[in-house]
Amino acid sequence: MRRKIIVSIIIAICYLLQSTLFQRLAFASISPNLLIIVVSAFGFMRGKKEGMFIGFFCGLLLDIFGGRILGMYALLYMYIGYLNGRFRKLFYPEDIKLPMLLIAGSDIACNLLIYFFLFLFRNRYDFRFYLLHIMVPELVYTMVVTIFLYALILDINQRLEVIEKRSATKFV
Amino acid sequence: MKRKPKFVLPTKYILLILTCVCVLAMLLSFTLNISGGPLNSAAGYVFIPMQRGINAVGGWISEKSDSLKQLNDVMKENEELKRKVDELTTELNTLTLEQYELENLRDLFELDQKYPSYEKIAANVIGKVSGNWFSNFTIDKGSNDGIEVDMNVIAGSGLVGIVTDVGPNYSTISSIINDTNKVSGMVTTTSDNLVVSGSLQSMSERMVIEFSDLNDSDGEVAVGDPVVTSYISDKYQQGILIGYISSIEMDSNNLTKSGTITPAVDFEHIQEVLVIRNKKQQTKE
Repeated sequence: MRRKIIVSIIIAICYLLQSTLFQRLAFASISPNLLIIVVSAFGFMRGKKEGMFIGFFCGLLLDIFGGRILGMYALLYMYIGYLNGRFRKLFYPEDIKLPMLLIAGSDIACNLLIYFFLFLFRNRYDFRFYLLHIMVPELVYTMVVTIFLYALILDINQRLEVIEKRSATKFV
Repeated sequence: MKRKPKFVLPTKYILLILTCVCVLAMLLSFTLNISGGPLNSAAGYVFIPMQRGINAVGGWISEKSDSLKQLNDVMKENEELKRKVDELTTELNTLTLEQYELENLRDLFELDQKYPSYEKIAANVIGKVSGNWFSNFTIDKGSNDGIEVDMNVIAGSGLVGIVTDVGPNYSTISSIINDTNKVSGMVTTTSDNLVVSGSLQSMSERMVIEFSDLNDSDGEVAVGDPVVTSYISDKYQQGILIGYISSIEMDSNNLTKSGTITPAVDFEHIQEVLVIRNKKQQTKE
């Protein structure tokens, strides 16, 4: 329960920052994707199931306020969370390389899929342009934010795990 | 001794179920134009007040930091401005002439009576949601304030977009520079119709949007001509300024022309918008 509340607060804060503050801090009208960091990070830290649910709700939030089609981002983010969960066995808190790689991969995959379904299907063929002007800048900006945000999420998660372990041993 | 765990549905199946839910939601919102419903109101009441708060704080901070920055830039700007004054005085002269011409044309098209008579409602932009691919805004007025889907949104004098989704205390706007949006427009000088389509690519490269299907056999449409929303559009009110033609060229079929339009609205810095409460369908009746 405690975990659910805290995770919802993290999602809410990231969504709010992404839609307000970081829009003002946008470089060349590109802003970072904070929610993908949250989804990906909880995916590989906590496993498939949690990644899936967190992805679903993050996507749903974007759907409600953003798009015309309900469920599209929910689907996309849910699979990203789920797939990140498959890497849980490879994850060690001390290692920064795998998280960075996974978050970068998630961001790129997310953008590629959006391009593929929402732009390529409408005859926007100039892939190079979209790669260089949207995807790569967003990736770079997101990775810069990741360095700070990931450390924070990791710390919160470890504290939560300590608390959970303590209360689990108390009742056995 | 471990107790036998309760039956837990394997993650794979939950994933499958949620996938079906998503696909179903997508199909429903595609075919029936259903959006959110109770989800909208719930999310609206949680997030909109917070977004409003952050925006208020952010606005205050950026104002302060701006004033600091301005102090440094003021000297440099002063010189530049003096130079600009000369430029602008000459420009002003031409503009007064154009204004006079525009007023004449407005009388001609009777836009003058229609345009100001729309009932408008002011709203603040409180967030830009949908990432870097699309340009959708959230504003802080919703169905409680009488906003409905398909109402037109303007800022200053230009068209911003159209309301696509309404919650009780917020609504989302899809702007005309959005890659998926098309508006049928009209060149005021010749009253030729054209189709204005938003484009992410041309917008981020040259800050323009594209137009096509201009049937201008006499070749009278020129760069700088204002483009307004057309009377044949079924969602947009007639006569709202979209922008000015910035380039124009003949299509390969030698019949129609296409080119680019510089939008009248600065989409990077929209803070306040006006929602026109008359909908196109209502005015028809």
